[in-house]
Amino acid sequence: MAERQYPIRLTVNGTEREAQVEARLLLSDFIRHRLGLTGTHVGCEHGVCGACTILHDGVPARACLLFAVQTHGHSIETVESLGTPEHLHPLQEAFRACHGLQCGYCTPGILMTMKAFLEQHPDPDEAAIRKALSGNLCRCTGYQNIVAAVARAAAVAREGA
Amino acid sequence: MKPPAFDYEAPRSLAEALALKARHGEEARFLAGGQSLVPAMNFRLVRPAVLIDLNGIAELGDLACTAAGRLQIGALVRHARVEGDAQVAQHQPLLAEAIREVAHPQVRNRGTVCGNLAHADPASELPAVMVALRAQMRAVSVRGERSIAAADFFQGTYSTALESDELLAQVLLEPMPAGTGTAFLELARRPGDYAMMGVAVVVRVDASGACTDARVVCCGAGDRPLASAASAAVLLGARPGSDPAALEALSEAAGAALATSIDPPGTVHASADYQRHLAQVLAARAIATACARAATHLPSRSH
Repeated sequence: MAERQYPIRLTVNGTEREAQVEARLLLSDFIRHRLGLTGTHVGCEHGVCGACTILHDGVPARACLLFAVQTHGHSIETVESLGTPEHLHPLQEAFRACHGLQCGYCTPGILMTMKAFLEQHPDPDEAAIRKALSGNLCRCTGYQNIVAAVARAAAVAREGA
Repeated sequence: MKPPAFDYEAPRSLAEALALKARHGEEARFLAGGQSLVPAMNFRLVRPAVLIDLNGIAELGDLACTAAGRLQIGALVRHARVEGDAQVAQHQPLLAEAIREVAHPQVRNRGTVCGNLAHADPASELPAVMVALRAQMRAVSVRGERSIAAADFFQGTYSTALESDELLAQVLLEPMPAGTGTAFLELARRPGDYAMMGVAVVVRVDASGACTDARVVCCGAGDRPLASAASAAVLLGARPGSDPAALEALSEAAGAALATSIDPPGTVHASADYQRHLAQVLAARAIATACARAATHLPSRSH
């Protein structure tokens, strides 16, 4: 028997999208497989690694712990909303400059988490950055350059303000 | 790592949600933050036939604090909301201190306090906090509503006093009397991980400095929050006072009493002996801190 489909309408990176989804479809899979936005990565699928972190109504959340059907009427932002290869977002530019990534698998989730964090905390100290990063696992960098990149992005934003 | 199929309901009113739960019973689960339920579904450890999404029910979202410090936490109040609330920090500092230790920021953005409590994970901080604060849990169903004391609410691993048609709609915390001090301490391998042991302490001293109420409650020490009567007994009637050496001796005695009154299960990261050791050390430190805090909020002698 075919699973029941639920109509949803949501805003994705500023664009309204409509779809029919089965209830059990995770938001992370909806984003990747139905919307084709493969910048959102899937790691653990139980809320531990943070790779799939997106903004849900502007607030960082695990896309693997939301069902797509729950986003009806809501707004989500993925890493594709940040910059383009030609015009990186200042946060992405800081990660590039500070070598804040190696394999890059965790990076989209970290960028979305840090985007919201820096909007709330424009002048964070290192301890605050590390605490804000605690929900995102990186197995390459040892975090040092990620912390440096976030601090640099904050400094650049303050200088530009 | 994909959940099994289920039917999704998104009621717009509490009455509608409760009617759905009454109809589907154990087959249905309420979905609020989903930060514990959805991982369990992804692992297929739980397989509800129906999810009743509460997120569209505005009346469940209230966090209210009276001027006197009585706190009401509705079913959709998320951890981050409580964590950032100045009145919670002022009137319910134990909750404010412990909630920062719950998981990671992204999870606290979404996960709800009531959902955390209804999930009844024995390693979770908030059940121990609610037992220590003598919270009242307001359960509602199509049959009506009732209030359950936190100490009676938690009945085992992932098991509560809720009936199959009931929703934990609200948690109520009474204001703390003058002379009350609290502290929460835990040790986890990394920030946001499950604690190997956690201890919530509430002490109250009267105008003469004598301890009239004490609660020492562990998380992660068994299948539910564990309140140690033996540890409280060491504190009751004692005068923590301001002499550091005396306070240290009292705190260590109460910590030792806690360690001998629990039988922790041991975990993959901490043996039972190590958990007992942690309970003793964390309790002694938390008790000393709570007593020091109580001393700064002494009731005036005129009362």
